[in-house]
Amino acid sequence: MIRVALKGLLGRKLRAALTAIAIVLGVAMVSGTYVLTDTIKAAFSTVFSTVYKHSDAVITGKSAIGTDNGGGGNTQPPSLSGSLLTEVQHLPGVALASAGISDSARLIGHNGKVIGRGGAPGLAFSYTPSGQRFNPLTLIRGSWPAGPGDIAIDEATASRSSFPLGQTIGVVARGPEQRFRITGIVKFANVSSLGGATMAVFTLPTAQQLFHKNGQYDTIDVAAAHGVSPRRLVSEIRPLLPASAQVKTGQQQAQQATKDTSGFLTIFQDFLLAFGGVALFVGSFVIANTLSITIAQRTRELATMRTLGATGRQVLRSVLLEAFVIGSLASVVGLFLGLALAKGLNQLFVSFGIDLPQSGTVFATRTIVVSLIVGILITLAAALRPALRATRVPPIAAVREGAVLPPSRLARLGSYPAGVTIALAIALMLVGLFVGGLSTGSRLLAIGLGTLALFLGVAMLAPTLVPPLARVLGLPAAKLGGAAGSLARGNAARNPARTASTASALMIGLTMVTLVGVLAAGLRTRFQDSVNQLFVANYAVTATDNFSPIGIAAEQALRRVPGVEVVSGVRAGRGRAFGSNMNVTAVDPGVTRVMALKWQSGNPSTPAQLDGSGALVSKDWASANHLHVGSPLSLQTPSGTVLHLTVRGVFDPPKGGSQLGDLSISTTRFDTAYPNPQNLYTFVNIQGGATPANTGLLNMALSGFPDAKLQTKTQFTHNQLQGLTLLLNLLYVLLSLSIVVSLFGIVNTLVLTVFERTRELGMLRAVGMTRRQIRRLIRHESVITALLGATLGIPLGVVLALMVGVALKYPVFTVPVGTLVVFVLAAVIAGLVAAILPARRAGRLNVLEALQYE
Amino acid sequence: MHDQLQPTGSNSNVVHARGLTRRYGEGATAVDALRGISIDVRSGQLVAVMGPSGSGKSTLMHILAGLDKPTSGTVEIAGTEITELRDSKLTLLRREHIGFVFQFFNLLPMLDAEENILLPLSIAGERPDDGWLEELLRKTGLTDRRSHRPAELSGGEQQRVAIARSLITHPTILLADEPTGNLDSKTGSEILELLRDSADAYHQTIVMVTHDARVASIADRILVLADGMIVKELIGSSASEVLEVMSTLG
Repeated sequence: MIRVALKGLLGRKLRAALTAIAIVLGVAMVSGTYVLTDTIKAAFSTVFSTVYKHSDAVITGKSAIGTDNGGGGNTQPPSLSGSLLTEVQHLPGVALASAGISDSARLIGHNGKVIGRGGAPGLAFSYTPSGQRFNPLTLIRGSWPAGPGDIAIDEATASRSSFPLGQTIGVVARGPEQRFRITGIVKFANVSSLGGATMAVFTLPTAQQLFHKNGQYDTIDVAAAHGVSPRRLVSEIRPLLPASAQVKTGQQQAQQATKDTSGFLTIFQDFLLAFGGVALFVGSFVIANTLSITIAQRTRELATMRTLGATGRQVLRSVLLEAFVIGSLASVVGLFLGLALAKGLNQLFVSFGIDLPQSGTVFATRTIVVSLIVGILITLAAALRPALRATRVPPIAAVREGAVLPPSRLARLGSYPAGVTIALAIALMLVGLFVGGLSTGSRLLAIGLGTLALFLGVAMLAPTLVPPLARVLGLPAAKLGGAAGSLARGNAARNPARTASTASALMIGLTMVTLVGVLAAGLRTRFQDSVNQLFVANYAVTATDNFSPIGIAAEQALRRVPGVEVVSGVRAGRGRAFGSNMNVTAVDPGVTRVMALKWQSGNPSTPAQLDGSGALVSKDWASANHLHVGSPLSLQTPSGTVLHLTVRGVFDPPKGGSQLGDLSISTTRFDTAYPNPQNLYTFVNIQGGATPANTGLLNMALSGFPDAKLQTKTQFTHNQLQGLTLLLNLLYVLLSLSIVVSLFGIVNTLVLTVFERTRELGMLRAVGMTRRQIRRLIRHESVITALLGATLGIPLGVVLALMVGVALKYPVFTVPVGTLVVFVLAAVIAGLVAAILPARRAGRLNVLEALQYE
Repeated sequence: MHDQLQPTGSNSNVVHARGLTRRYGEGATAVDALRGISIDVRSGQLVAVMGPSGSGKSTLMHILAGLDKPTSGTVEIAGTEITELRDSKLTLLRREHIGFVFQFFNLLPMLDAEENILLPLSIAGERPDDGWLEELLRKTGLTDRRSHRPAELSGGEQQRVAIARSLITHPTILLADEPTGNLDSKTGSEILELLRDSADAYHQTIVMVTHDARVASIADRILVLADGMIVKELIGSSASEVLEVMSTLG
């Protein structure tokens, strides 16, 4: 029996291969995700262990508000005082202590633009000959920087942006661009790529000056005296430290740094795995459908085996064995394809501006085990129902002409199971979305399971929807395609369960794409509304990457432009109030002339009255913390200062968010409380408004600041939405994987259908159908199936988006009609592409053989 | 009464085949299905091709229909030499000149009787002649069954739909491959009568391959094939004579 099953599989190689592809792609995504994230993790781990390799102890600044990965604003920990180094050097257990600067600076390319892609950092370090022992960098060419005008840069930047030794390069740190002469090219040991990051190395005094850290340090690396353990060294150092500093052994420091990044990488991994999961789920539909069709076509064969004495159990086993073989082969192929896909995914992220460090490819045992198990189990699960149906083929079917599979038990219950599944799905989603007191994890689980159940339910209901829908969706085909078109329309509705299952696979991908598209359109509209409401300035200045804060020197340069009426910078930093960390912004009196704030309490003159202790808070934050004008509150800054503030005004930000955080203080207070203040936004009003002449004037003032970007209101809206657009496109690309899987499902169904209708196609040819008409027949059927998927998937996606929107109290719900039309067109094109191979096969059928085909 | 197409060539024979041979395979394992057959079929004749299994009768019919190509020899259908035609030309020739009736009916399950009958016109993109459709429905006794699907029709009814489908285009020649092979004897007789009736009423040329000896009572000519050659030609023979001939051939 086993041999019969395996021989049968060999005899149906094309079908087996097409079935396997559905699993191959999903498994490849899972395996590729693991390979990619493991490789990145290993690279980070290598970076950090290299950095701290020769340090027995490391002293760094300690943020008073704890480790904090919040967005917006300068999150650097406070610097160390200069006297600390001397004290440490005098400890008996210390053999050597060396202090350095570690900050960020942008290198400027020959084109006058910032070097580096997307969000990759521009790293900056100091070099001291005495600290060479701790230096993780290797000098490849030239010499280490020795004078105030010297810089060493990393090899990748030097070759990519063609900066040879001896040339000068622009650097933007706190102030305007400064030029340095390249004396050395360096490399980070053991890491093939640091992603898009650039490196700049200066002498210690130059770095201190450049980053406004005169007499201060960011790190002190310490080597223990002979016989002193790192642990003892740390305990010797600890009593010397102020509250704003901490000491760890080199190993601990490396582990901590790796842990901080791996938190982000775990999210990244889960995010990618989710797409692999969707692709596998779609793949399970394709497999279940393909096996159902092949089993229906093999009814006679299975019945013959029953007459020869095979038991139902043996039939079940042989079908499951076939699935197991397909699943195993597909998983192995997928596993290795994942290695290639990992490279592809990395390229994808690089092209979206997410450039992460790489070292040698990591292919972990976990990757192999998980990929194989997931692939095989999903294939077996998908095969279970067709296998059970196969057991119910009666032996008498062997001798009957045109025997068909008996209907499944579920089918006899009509649409009740579908209704129950959909109701259950909606209940689960409602629980996930609206029931209070649940953790985010269980919420996501409930929503995820609910969505899966919803897909299953709709797929179960689909066979009853297919005949009427196919009639409507087939209208254009019948009108345009002549006889082939009308026949295709009939064919699509001929086996509703099969068409429904094929279309459902496509439905899933389209639902997800629509969900994402609709939510993004809502966010976009909301943000545009908010800019339209708030933005009354002529210009805005942000960093070239749209989101980094930039030094306040640019703001000062703008003030000197003739004709300028208002220059108002919005500072940004982090702080801790009412027990949680938050974004803190700072405004000057001019803010009310560039931003149309809606006042709940207070008036446009309030920002001018903030002084040293006034605070401006948002309406929601105020009510959450029971604040009103006159309420006191305290804010802790990362450097440990506690600001005692009083609420002076409450503003009502638009739903699409505002450029001001929940808490704003005055710029003057901010600049004393936060070292190295930076602006997230700078707004400008100038006589005559936004004109080409004024744009030229302002750009000239900004010429020394290549990291700053001047933009009008329209440009500002567009640029601020760029991140969202990028994310949206990234999601589309990742979701397209599951759409490709469902495309193979359509190909599969069509190939099997052509095979099944061989004699019928022969008859059509005999009575005068041309090859072209036959191909058209298959194409139309494919497009109708794809349109069915779109008809089910797009509305489902809109409904899901609406539910998510309601749950997030999302007041603007925008249906992006244009985008949805594009999705429908994409489905049509997908249908045409899927039909290419089956249509060719159908067209090539030999009429005579086809007519005699049984 | 509807007149059918006049033969297009100068020859009044609508089928004109000369020296047909058909060899399958090569070398030692080659099989000669036809070994030099020449036939002419006059317009309006009902010709039955009979013979035991393997006699080459199906191969002959496939070659006449342009579905298979002879190893040597020529076939003219309605004055057109078809053995060298490309697939698209052949398809168009079939559309215009040839009607088919199959042993297993080969109706499309999702179309009703009337739609199945009109299918060849729909494929060719031609408008149906309502009068002709009604006439065929009446002739085949399907007027009341026109909106039924094949699954709701008996075998005999399905074959009558197939015959109407083959006649709807006024083909120069109707080719029937074992039209009674899948029917009980009473229904089979009805189908044979319908074919005879069509030949008379519409002056329809029909070539039919069959095992069924009762065909003798309706055929104008019977060609008996054995081992790829015509071994006997009977004109207006009785059934018993046919049976006798068949039995001598084993």
